[in-house]
Amino acid sequence: MMNVMRLFGARAASAPVARERLQILLSHERGRTGAPDLLEMLRSEILSVVSKHIDVDPDKVVVRMDRGKFVSMLEVDIEVPNGVQRSKMVAAT
Amino acid sequence: MAKVLVVTSGKGGVGKTTSTAALGAALAQMGQSVVVIDFDVGLRNLDLVMGAERRVVFDLINVVQGVAKLPQALIRDKRLENLWLLPASQTRDKDALTEEGVERVIADLKTKFDWILCDSPAGIERGATLAMRYADEAIIVTNPEVSSVRDSDRIIGMLDSKTVRAERGERVEKHLLVTRYDAGRAARGEMLSIDDILEILATPLLGIVPESQDVLRASNVGCPVTLNAASSAPARAYADAVRRLMGEQIEMTVPVERKRLMDRLLRRRAA
Repeated sequence: MMNVMRLFGARAASAPVARERLQILLSHERGRTGAPDLLEMLRSEILSVVSKHIDVDPDKVVVRMDRGKFVSMLEVDIEVPNGVQRSKMVAAT
Repeated sequence: MAKVLVVTSGKGGVGKTTSTAALGAALAQMGQSVVVIDFDVGLRNLDLVMGAERRVVFDLINVVQGVAKLPQALIRDKRLENLWLLPASQTRDKDALTEEGVERVIADLKTKFDWILCDSPAGIERGATLAMRYADEAIIVTNPEVSSVRDSDRIIGMLDSKTVRAERGERVEKHLLVTRYDAGRAARGEMLSIDDILEILATPLLGIVPESQDVLRASNVGCPVTLNAASSAPARAYADAVRRLMGEQIEMTVPVERKRLMDRLLRRRAA
């Protein structure tokens, strides 16, 4: 049966699958190239600037980059607890 | 003004060395003075593909380390007097190459030749990054196949970040050379088409080299295909690619399936 199908060219072309898989994979890989370093750098610098003035939990500083086709969105999410302490570094000066 | 070209791909076995030899010979056949450099230290093959394997005395590493002078290491092609080869070392490893050493050798070659073609090793490590480091332009050799296209994408990213030009904020002009293209399989949807590859990699096309027995035969005898079978389809594809590199506008034709067998059958039936 398989041979008969092959004879009539009923086998689905695999190139479109290859193309789709590549497009998905590369859109992820391109987004990642250099990005982890950049985001980590942004995160640590933002954290150091903010914590000069406010005490924040380093784990509550989230920096995210959403890549769109035309523009990308840099999202910075810093959770500040209520009754926040002004940083001791600033208080000391 | 001399131009430094890197022939690269990321993936191995796609035809970098074969293409370097063919493009180098095609440029020389057009009267240009050309040197091809093998950067695949420890696994040299450009000498073999060009039929100069028994004439290697000194190599790139010797020159980089000052053991030999550049003219001592350069091997002149037996068929084309303006084509030269700078072989890689077979015994040393890639760590013997230094950035400064390679820069010095390339600067020296720039004063002597019109074209400097750097045959990159596979991979993305030292040998590959040094081969592309001083390039003005890059030829990315790709097969119509998923792993090759993915690796090419990676290499394109490196060309845009790890070359001297990129670091200076300039561009390395990139050209895509699709090799081992099988028109029949592409037509049947079994192989990525040229349009698919171009859409994914978004890099201008320099040429399409069809899969051919002539390419294997040429490397078997150690003669670039543009010399060994000048009128063959792959040789013509390389010759056109070279004309495009030199700035000529040449129409790109995607190879179509040759129905020799079918023709013969039909003719026989008609007779």
